[in-house]
Amino acid sequence: MADGEDVFDEMHGFGEGVRAPYAGYNGWFDKTTPSALLKKSRDAQTFFRRTGITFNVYGKSEADERLIPFDLVPRIIGASEWALLVRGIEQRVKAINAFLYDIYHRQEIVRAGRLPEHLIRENDAFLPKMIGFDPPGGIYTHIVGIDLVRTGPNEFFVLEDNARTPSGVSYMLENRETMLKMFPELFAQMSVQRVSGYPMALRRSLERSAPAQASGRPTVAILTPGIHNSAYFEHAFLADQMGVELVEGHDLRVVDGRVAMRTTQGYETIDVLYRRVDDEYLDPLNFRSESMLGVAGIFDVYRAGGITIANAPGTGIADDKAIYSYMPDIVEFYTGQAPLLKNVPTWRCAEKDSLSYVLEHLEELVVKEVHGSGGYGMLVGPAASKKEISAFRKKLQAKPSNYIAQPTLALSTVPVLTKSGLSPRHVDLRPFVLVSSDGVDVTPGGLTRVAMKKGSLVVNSSQGGGTKDTWVLKEG
Amino acid sequence: MRLTVDHSSTYTYEHGVSYALQQVRKRPISLPSQSILSWDVSIEGAHWETSYTDHHGNLVDLIQLEPDVMSVSVSVKGEVETHDTSGVMGGHSQLVPLWLYQRPTELTMPAKGLRALAGKFSRSPSQDIGVLHELMVEIADKVAYRTNETDSRTTAEDALQQGQGVCQDHAHIFITVARLLGYPARYVSGYLMMTDRVDQDAGHAWAEAWVDGLGWTGFDVSNGISPDARYIQVATGLDYSDAAPIRGLVYGAGAENLVVSIQVQQ
Repeated sequence: MADGEDVFDEMHGFGEGVRAPYAGYNGWFDKTTPSALLKKSRDAQTFFRRTGITFNVYGKSEADERLIPFDLVPRIIGASEWALLVRGIEQRVKAINAFLYDIYHRQEIVRAGRLPEHLIRENDAFLPKMIGFDPPGGIYTHIVGIDLVRTGPNEFFVLEDNARTPSGVSYMLENRETMLKMFPELFAQMSVQRVSGYPMALRRSLERSAPAQASGRPTVAILTPGIHNSAYFEHAFLADQMGVELVEGHDLRVVDGRVAMRTTQGYETIDVLYRRVDDEYLDPLNFRSESMLGVAGIFDVYRAGGITIANAPGTGIADDKAIYSYMPDIVEFYTGQAPLLKNVPTWRCAEKDSLSYVLEHLEELVVKEVHGSGGYGMLVGPAASKKEISAFRKKLQAKPSNYIAQPTLALSTVPVLTKSGLSPRHVDLRPFVLVSSDGVDVTPGGLTRVAMKKGSLVVNSSQGGGTKDTWVLKEG
Repeated sequence: MRLTVDHSSTYTYEHGVSYALQQVRKRPISLPSQSILSWDVSIEGAHWETSYTDHHGNLVDLIQLEPDVMSVSVSVKGEVETHDTSGVMGGHSQLVPLWLYQRPTELTMPAKGLRALAGKFSRSPSQDIGVLHELMVEIADKVAYRTNETDSRTTAEDALQQGQGVCQDHAHIFITVARLLGYPARYVSGYLMMTDRVDQDAGHAWAEAWVDGLGWTGFDVSNGISPDARYIQVATGLDYSDAAPIRGLVYGAGAENLVVSIQVQQ
């Protein structure tokens, strides 16, 4: 897709001049020399290299870790635009939690004929061992990331839900810190909402989700698979910022019916575990017995009400892209209201008519694996070669139920700094959401991912995408 | 019928245990076929950690072995009033959807032999009980009851190929074939009072299939009958690993030896 008048630019709209949220930034930018900005950009890269935010790219053995490109032009969202998004996100996240409770209890949505049974039955992320269990506070997904794209001033679509393990929050925090260091005068002129409270908000939110057996101030810890995990930096960063312990499976064991961590003063009970270990590796006694990353017996303690696991095991089913295609029905079923945030229209290739449509229009569509993530194994029709399309066609025909397809949306653009000045690039947005018994809390900001290649629609960092700081302006 | 159970299992280890957790599923619940009058589980060489109800509705105790123990024993004493329901256990009271009981597991994964066996039968709504009875007889005919030829990790397919096994293998084969025929089926572990003796050889296991109109219906392949008042149901699941009386992880113990004593009497 070519950039042009048909693409909404968040700074310049459809070409009608600078939009209101960018007015302050534009005034500042006009007084800044391009060479000074380019120098700042190089400083930023050095800063990141020093602090060590890197990202493992799967399938690239020669360079295990690499820096995600950072662009220093902020993505700016006005207060009223944001308020609209927040309402939609709150509604969706409440519906997702209600959906998860339901499918692990009476499955009313299936009984009512609103969701086909096979989507649960044939889903590997559905965890039978969770059936009939009430997690503390009734919350399944405590930490959520909702991926959004924009096509116009008030046109937002949910691209996917990340209810299992939304990563990337460390980029939101580090990007802001870098921007504050580089452009203090800009923050003095513009009223940008803070994101730095996120780690403490996360800690408080988790503390409020402690199980009934907890006494006193709940103890929170983060469980990481270890230093070889691609997101280890984020685990360590968050533990540090939250002031909680970062633990690995071998640090933990069952003590007095609870899960406890080894400390220099003996074992200390953990009330809430923010785990970044996948379900199947979480407990060798209850799931994959060969797992060295988990804690034997933690699931027994969980079912007995002795610990809160965040996010709850079995939550990943909500991220499934076939389930996603039913999200408008899911929102309506549990909230009784029409969804405030739109879904991208989705063809389920498992359905015959959809499949034949998709096969005929591969050049125009984005085709994704139902259980995939990170931009792996997907086809972006308009950007693919004839050869790639024909190879993908074979894969799709071999296992249609493994795929969904979506139209290629005219994703909004935001300027990035290039050697020849500002130039528009496509972006998406992942706001970070916390859920506790007190309600839903959306941090004013998020992770803006940007396709660094002109015209490219693929923003995934694993596919060469970069990031930007995301500013949400204060009211007035 | 009033049955008393006196059951102890003692595991002895080659070396002192460094760390071990066991899930114990040895607490039956009251059902239309049984009222639990008294039931007591005690352990030696280990301590209680926690208890809960699993997704199949089984009561589970998590126990931890004491450090360095060379042996651990779990003892059960109980009294149960049982009623003969001709093997019909009735409706499905759990939240687990019936389709889950049609899902193959590692121990009940069908291959050639089991598929061939299933090919001899077909599900027939008016004759479900008849079909399942014939299946029970056929399995008993093909797989002789013989101890020490299989173990708790033997799959249904392997047991069928070997042509011998114990009640666990019989139940696994029945479950696998019943599922292939389209019946939800589950594994049951429990006790059976053999009327010709007080000391029973082992804990017992049998299968249940879901029959429309009747509900869960039991089939004990090893004895060629549907469970009656001599049976006590303790735990159910998709296969042995879901309903096992004891299963867990033991680190540092080396070889393990198990001695069981079970008395079930009126």
